[in-house]
Amino acid sequence: MDFGNRYLAELFSIGNITVYLTDTLLATWVVMAVLIGFALVVRLRLSRFTDRPTCKLQNVVELMVETLDKLGRDTMGPELMEWGGMFFGLFGFVLISNYIGMFGLRPPTADLATTAALALTVFVVIHFMGIKRRKGRYFKSLISPNPIFLPINLISDISTPVSLCFRLFGNVLGGYIIMGMVYNLLPRILTLIVPDPLHLYFDLMVGALQAYIFTVLGMTFLQQKADPED
Amino acid sequence: MDPKAFVLGMSALSAGVCTLSGLGSGLGQGYAAGKAAEAVARQPEARGSILSTMLIGGALAETCSIYGLIIALILLMANPLLALI
Repeated sequence: MDFGNRYLAELFSIGNITVYLTDTLLATWVVMAVLIGFALVVRLRLSRFTDRPTCKLQNVVELMVETLDKLGRDTMGPELMEWGGMFFGLFGFVLISNYIGMFGLRPPTADLATTAALALTVFVVIHFMGIKRRKGRYFKSLISPNPIFLPINLISDISTPVSLCFRLFGNVLGGYIIMGMVYNLLPRILTLIVPDPLHLYFDLMVGALQAYIFTVLGMTFLQQKADPED
Repeated sequence: MDPKAFVLGMSALSAGVCTLSGLGSGLGQGYAAGKAAEAVARQPEARGSILSTMLIGGALAETCSIYGLIIALILLMANPLLALI
């Protein structure tokens, strides 16, 4: 069995590098289409939104925004809420990516490239905000309590995005491999019934939990690095 | 003995050993969940914040076993040692 990323077609080539259409790329496009489509629908219906919610869509959108807003306020504090939108986007992308595995596509988050890109985004934001808000004390915190600890502090900074991306990648890929093994193990007719409870756990629960944890850990690291009182 | 067979067999064996890294994180997560249940029993009104703290702690404890899983996957699917023989 091959659980790797399949090359479906050749897209274009620059010099010696050929860019292929992979499973991850295809699934990422589907996720992007879902998210952009939802955003466009909300934008088109925005003029019909009222102070007291009357349609179902407004209730759903308000529920999502208020939940993420409260999460951000509790975790990051109100002064860092300018980054709340980014974490909302990250949460939505990771959640839909994990759930797309239920529709027969390979989840984009089961590819190290996707999770590394997401973790690097968080890493850049964390250190940008750290330098912007703490200025000199940010660099001083690298050599605290004394300059011998500089390599240790650097390693602990670098391990943040590494652990973020490996956690998401390992969880989703592990679930994907277990589901693939179950589907290959069973006779054809039984695959209609038996894997359903496993899908409940490995896709619905682990997917939502990992999206939540990725967002909350990113917020916590941002709050730790960018706290001006520290 | 064929060196390739030896490397492949040892890789499969060590991938199995890597799975043992789940032992520690399983113990840790169970301990965290038990402590969270105690805390909820003592203070039922703080259930929400206890739950989210427990989830984050559980996720952090899980990282080590995820590293073990990734090493096992590398040994099974993209073995770097095979290039050496």
